[in-house]
Amino acid sequence: MNVGKPIAFRTRGLTKTYGEGRSTVHALRGVDLDIPQGEIVVLLGPSGSGKSTLLNIVGGLDNATEGTAHFLDQCLTEMSSSALTRYRRQHVGFVFQFYNLMPSLTARENVELVTEIASDPMDPDDALALVGLRERTDHFPAQMSGGEQQRVAIARAVAKQPDVLFCDEPTGALDSATGRTVLSVLRDVNEKLGSTVLMVTHNANTAAMADRVIHFADGNIREVIENKSKLDPAAIEW
Amino acid sequence: MVSPLNRKLLRDLWRIKGQATAIGVVIGVGVMLLVMMTGLTASLTETRDAYYDRYRLADIFAPASRAPERLTTRLAAIPGVAAVQSRVQGRALIDIPGQVLPVQAQAVSLPDRGRPAINDVYLTDGRLPASGRPDEILLLQSFALAHGLHPGDQLNATMNGARRSFDVVGLAQSPEFLYTTAPGELIPDDARFGVIWMSRSGLAAAYDMNGAFNEVLLSLTRGANLEATLTAVDRLLDPYGGFGAYARADQTSNRFVTEEISGLVAAAIGVPPIFLLVAAFLLYIVIGRIVQSERGQIGLMKAFGYTDGELGAHYSKLILAIALGGALAGCLAGIAAGRALVGVYTDYFKFPFLVFQLEPSSFLLGIAVSLLAASAGGFMVLRQVFGLLPAAAMRPPTPPDFSRAGHLSGALGRILDQPSRMVLRRIIRQPGRMAASMLGIALGMALSVAMITIYAGFDRTIDLSFSVVDRSDVRVGFTHPVSTKTLFELDRLPGVVRVEATRTVPAVMSNGLHTYRGGLIGIPAGAELSRAIDRELEPILLPPRGVVLSSALARILDVEIGDVLDVDVREGRQPVLQLAVAGIAETLLGSPAFMSLEGMNRALGDTRRVSGAYLMIDQAYADDIYMALQNMPTVAGVSLKSQARDAFVTLMNTGAGAIRYVMGAIAFIITFGIVYNAARIAYAERARDLASLRVMGFTRAETAFVLLGELAVVALVALPVGAVLGYYLSFGIAAGFSTDLYQIPAIFDGPSHGQAALVVMAAAIVSGLLVKRDLDRSDLIEVLKTRE
Repeated sequence: MNVGKPIAFRTRGLTKTYGEGRSTVHALRGVDLDIPQGEIVVLLGPSGSGKSTLLNIVGGLDNATEGTAHFLDQCLTEMSSSALTRYRRQHVGFVFQFYNLMPSLTARENVELVTEIASDPMDPDDALALVGLRERTDHFPAQMSGGEQQRVAIARAVAKQPDVLFCDEPTGALDSATGRTVLSVLRDVNEKLGSTVLMVTHNANTAAMADRVIHFADGNIREVIENKSKLDPAAIEW
Repeated sequence: MVSPLNRKLLRDLWRIKGQATAIGVVIGVGVMLLVMMTGLTASLTETRDAYYDRYRLADIFAPASRAPERLTTRLAAIPGVAAVQSRVQGRALIDIPGQVLPVQAQAVSLPDRGRPAINDVYLTDGRLPASGRPDEILLLQSFALAHGLHPGDQLNATMNGARRSFDVVGLAQSPEFLYTTAPGELIPDDARFGVIWMSRSGLAAAYDMNGAFNEVLLSLTRGANLEATLTAVDRLLDPYGGFGAYARADQTSNRFVTEEISGLVAAAIGVPPIFLLVAAFLLYIVIGRIVQSERGQIGLMKAFGYTDGELGAHYSKLILAIALGGALAGCLAGIAAGRALVGVYTDYFKFPFLVFQLEPSSFLLGIAVSLLAASAGGFMVLRQVFGLLPAAAMRPPTPPDFSRAGHLSGALGRILDQPSRMVLRRIIRQPGRMAASMLGIALGMALSVAMITIYAGFDRTIDLSFSVVDRSDVRVGFTHPVSTKTLFELDRLPGVVRVEATRTVPAVMSNGLHTYRGGLIGIPAGAELSRAIDRELEPILLPPRGVVLSSALARILDVEIGDVLDVDVREGRQPVLQLAVAGIAETLLGSPAFMSLEGMNRALGDTRRVSGAYLMIDQAYADDIYMALQNMPTVAGVSLKSQARDAFVTLMNTGAGAIRYVMGAIAFIITFGIVYNAARIAYAERARDLASLRVMGFTRAETAFVLLGELAVVALVALPVGAVLGYYLSFGIAAGFSTDLYQIPAIFDGPSHGQAALVVMAAAIVSGLLVKRDLDRSDLIEVLKTRE
């Protein structure tokens, strides 16, 4: 593993089970993982392999059954619900497959929703400029295409200048051209803000833009590959 | 094997169990009320009729001054008359040990041998008076109970001026005296009016009626002509001082019982439909929301080849399951509540037995009405299901368009943070949904307002009747119309502050086919203690000629100011007067008609006659005054206003009026059901947005603000709307609670509206907390994974 960069996330024996007794489902089976700061990390694997579960736990959305997960020096697995809320508020940006914009707010207002509660946010217009939507700031979600809505979602996620950006299938609902644009935006955010990007995807080609690719299978890590020659998202085959 | 669709149905029901229960409860209480009230009124009517039948209550009552016994054969010969029973009856005063004031009573004769052919008594304790024992009496059971009297006790009573001692040998009830009201009073009171039954010969001796009677009772054959028979009886009794025969419908006790039952019927007809309407509306909103959230599944099933009919049936079953569940639970609860209440009312009406009548038709009606109401709500929803194309249904819905909600610029834009904007925009952008939620809560508010103002209306009736109209302390009734000189005697009693004359004459007032048997009340000019007042609560100046009617009586007789009434006086020379209606007075108690005392005496050809007096007294001398009144031979009875007021309050809290508390409780349940549903619907519609906010790092409180802010705004807007609706609703409910005896006004009462608003807000807060609890527990990941 690369030891030159500080570690953003460290998990040890991270386990997540659902149900009890015979019907127990093991979503994570003792995952040990270190993710350096400032990298783009792509989590790949079939459905049910545990990648989203890991993302949810280190994103502060879910509890682990066993094991530990640290963000820098904070132990996420020991945090109370309100401490996790503070963690998400101060450090984390989320991008979802289905955008999850507030339909009742304009693009800028959706971004302001986050900048109002963040401690050191960007100017909302700058965040929208970053995703190439400076012209669409006063439009409501209903007036935008899916790609535009996802870019607003990214602008909203990055506007707080998060330490880490979690993306769960960010291009899952998009066509290839729009998908590439969105990936380019994520790369730009990573380069300009230095945010660590954790991306869950089914699209193996996306791995080409990552610093590190983690393959999941059966609730554990099968393989971690460091990518020495990152591709520009625009060059990714779909 | 349960089909997949039916399994889905069961799971859907389980998923929305909270809301389904809330709606089921709203439907259930509507049905419960319907079943309970119809069962109750049917049971009471059946029991009353059975009681009347078994104890042979007269069809016609005919009082007279003194008629010879032989007249009964001629009365029996009138076509349509099945049986005749003559009797002697008279006024008496009973001494109650330890009580200064004697109690007024009516003495009624029983045949010396055998049971009365008509108006039999139901012996509850002891035995009938033995023949040849004029000192043995039966007492009306309710009166005896009120004073702790039992068979074996001795009793002193004054009859026709002579004081005598009696042995109580038994207690009895009678269909004739379910309600007893002292002469000149309106409000039944068990303690203040007694009935004594004794042998005909004994009573005839006391009232100088040997070989004669002063009342005859008749029962009629089936199909007899009532009007013709009344006329025939009047013609026969006329030479003997007949006071006018009257039918059972006009008999005081029966009239009261019947009024009370019809008060219940009115409430049974008027109120449940309102509740069921509200339930239908809620069902529409909730099922609509479910269909909206399942458009993907609906599209998929359509793509698989399910027909509109099958899918429609599926969602219809969901609607019907909720409605039927609520209706069945309502039926069961209605039977239980009806059984419980009918017992209470049986005691209240003093029925000796109970014919419990389940009204199967009310179950069918309750179930049919709730299914119909639910279907009406559901029908609108099914149109949505049918309208969905498979492809359109499976595409993710475009986000609702808020662009028309406008941009918030200027001062408002600067003040509002984003969560507030979300609340505000949703309200502006989805006025239909907001209006629906608002209307729902407003209906709850309206129900609460209407019910609480009814409580205030009852208080108003008491207050107006006993503080504004009647300002006296004591009312004295004379044995017969006496000269105004008697008033001077009263005035001279130490402690009497003011004396005012009054004269009441029984009369039948009629306007064409509308007739009313009641009293004409003469009030002297400048009266202070008992007055006719107008709408503004100012005393009405009674004109020297003409009559001022209470608004209730004007309604009964269908007359307006300026119309002329026929007034058939049933006292003295019994003149028939033509009196113009000179004014309408505001009275909420009884249906009186007022005249100037001078005008009345002139019209009757009497000079300065009074039948009673109102006294204002110094309470320090009260006992001395009562003692003095008791010793005045012309005084037939004395009643205290405070006792009358207490009796009235008791009456309104135990009779048909008591049902207002049941309905009030139900109104609150419904209000809560509505508000809770509104909160749940708002939550269901926003679950995803709210989860997104939580993921972004909004705290629970901040997230709850977006949800509850909306609920708060909707609830606050609903309050004034509900207040106005409630005001109009209260007219209907007030009319339902008004009886022949008392009217309940629909009033705009500030505190009532305040209390109703508090009820709605409390419901909103509790609902908000319940929903917030769910919000706090919601699985963020689950919500975000699901595509809307």
